[in-house]
Amino acid sequence: MDIHEYQAKQLLSKYGVSIPPGEVVYQTHEAENILSWLNEDKIIVKAQVHAGGRGKAGGVKVCEGDDQVIKTVDEMIGMKIITPQTSAEGKTVRRVYLEKAYKIEKELYFCITVDRETGGNTIITSKKGGVNIEEVAEKNPEDIHKLNIAPGGDLLTHHARTIVYNLGLKGKTAKSAQKNILSIYKAFTSLDAALIEVNPFAVIDSGETLVLDCKASFDDNALYRQRQVAEMKDENEYDPLELEAARHDLNYVKLDGNIGLMVNGAGLSMATMDIIKYYGGEAANFMDVAGAATPERVAAAFKLIYKDPDVKGILINIFGGMMRCNDIAEGLVNASKEVGLNKPLVVRLEGTNVEMGMDILKNSGFPIKPVDTMEEAAKNVVEMVKGE
Amino acid sequence: MAVLLTKESKVICQGFTGAQGTFHSERAIEYNTNIVGGVTPEKGGTEHLKIPVFNTVAEAKKKTGCNASGVFVPPPFAADAILEAVEAELDLVVCITDGIPTSDMQRVRREMKGSKTRLVGPNCPGVLTPGVGKIGIIPGHICKPGRIGVVSRSGTLSYESAVQTAELGQSTIIGIGGDPVNGTNFVDALELFLDDPDTDGIVLIGEIGGTAEIDGADFIKSWNKTKKPVAAFVAGAAAPKGRKLGHAGAIVNSGAETADAKKEALRSAGVEVSDTITRIGDAMRKAMGVK
Repeated sequence: MDIHEYQAKQLLSKYGVSIPPGEVVYQTHEAENILSWLNEDKIIVKAQVHAGGRGKAGGVKVCEGDDQVIKTVDEMIGMKIITPQTSAEGKTVRRVYLEKAYKIEKELYFCITVDRETGGNTIITSKKGGVNIEEVAEKNPEDIHKLNIAPGGDLLTHHARTIVYNLGLKGKTAKSAQKNILSIYKAFTSLDAALIEVNPFAVIDSGETLVLDCKASFDDNALYRQRQVAEMKDENEYDPLELEAARHDLNYVKLDGNIGLMVNGAGLSMATMDIIKYYGGEAANFMDVAGAATPERVAAAFKLIYKDPDVKGILINIFGGMMRCNDIAEGLVNASKEVGLNKPLVVRLEGTNVEMGMDILKNSGFPIKPVDTMEEAAKNVVEMVKGE
Repeated sequence: MAVLLTKESKVICQGFTGAQGTFHSERAIEYNTNIVGGVTPEKGGTEHLKIPVFNTVAEAKKKTGCNASGVFVPPPFAADAILEAVEAELDLVVCITDGIPTSDMQRVRREMKGSKTRLVGPNCPGVLTPGVGKIGIIPGHICKPGRIGVVSRSGTLSYESAVQTAELGQSTIIGIGGDPVNGTNFVDALELFLDDPDTDGIVLIGEIGGTAEIDGADFIKSWNKTKKPVAAFVAGAAAPKGRKLGHAGAIVNSGAETADAKKEALRSAGVEVSDTITRIGDAMRKAMGVK
């Protein structure tokens, strides 16, 4: 789960990390109250959306004087931010963060994530912060430093010293950076984070270090024990169909194509997207009907896909392992009744109780095309959708 | 012979009396798996599915001599269940549970350092040796005894592979699971199959995210004296960057984590790579030189 920059900073600050003073606003008039205490010459106004590259899209502005701040906030709320990380329509700004602007001496890069190879956390740092780190990694790989922490291990003082040394920091700045780095790591492990990326991690004119921009995402599997993080979820940042899917415990991701998919298993769902692409079509979604399939869950999944206006045809590909094909078939027939099925539907069932499942579909009275193989299923649905 | 799960294996189920533990233990018993006991705290001394239940893994081991376990414990308690089996020094722990926090698995990784126990999973379909038995949720009727080793990150794609290699049959099917921090990886499974005299060919099913497939490809490249034909499929060629697709580990963050990069690495190691999962059986036959 991702959270907003200001939320990430609030969390980090609880662990003693230095952040600029600031406050979030939802409406323009709230900015006036904040300016009464955030009494600075220069204020940065930042759109809060879950997407990188805001700056270039007009989502970050430095303002001087209260009037300019208020005008900027007013313009920003409701605007669309379109970046390479958003869809073509972009994301609507609903929250804006006001924070003190500093004189910046140096922009560094600092990131903690999980290293899948070692199973431990890894800390990635660079002297070249404030820019796209992937470009730095490509052009100047020698400027990227990686430090692996043993699985389940702590970041120790000597680790922090090494990092600070690699960042080329000295004296007061080194001391401040070391303290912040240790605190960020503490926040990472305590909050079950999956990624905390500070870019830039800034050295300001006083010689102190600060978290200037921050991206944080958290382990979905641990949210049950991280309530303060879970409560930060901003539902506006999600596709409405994805939210509905989450309420039914379905693994669903909206994609750009027009063939709706309902598959059991994440791997098979990906492979089904792949084979549709192979035959010249494009999936409208990833959908893994994970776990135990009750007819009710299958019906909910089917209705969700059916509801997507982009979906011109549906492919259901079920290989019964944990799931029983007769349950799937029953759920499908019930859902078809409810929606009054009038989009092409191709079904491939295999595995536990497959004959029972196929019989239920054949005798349903609906124009459902049952097929024997995944290859046939993909070819059929791609052709049917092209013919629509 | 086979790998991991053999005729000598004595299996217990942790989380035995729960809904999932019960359903899949019933299927495993039908498949003639040598299940000697189950573990559910507070239910020790009772019987479930006509099999004795114990409070702890250590007690189960003492009374039954078990050496393998299937873990069907809910996510908040699953890492602890794995470590309980590790402490009891079982040879094999197969964790089916999906949804274990990554930091719990990091702790498991730390505690297992130097341990003799092999962990398979979590978030996996388990291990099945056709004609011998199964730990986990792989449907028994689709697997046939034979000489192909299957290793897969995805459960359902391991089933597809079993069906498509039916006439060759399988020595063992290993689902290593879709989590970012897991026990057994491709290199471990390839090593087991390479050393197994009853495995002639290997099917490897990867997916986007991480670089375990590339490590596997590097390992295959390093084979010199003993070599076995390998066929592979990597799911997620149509996946967008930065979106997590179902499995906690199935997300592309960098170029090396894409399906294309992994397929390329495997091809360069001499692996027969299939572009669709529906042709993985053909790819295996081609790699083995059989029609």
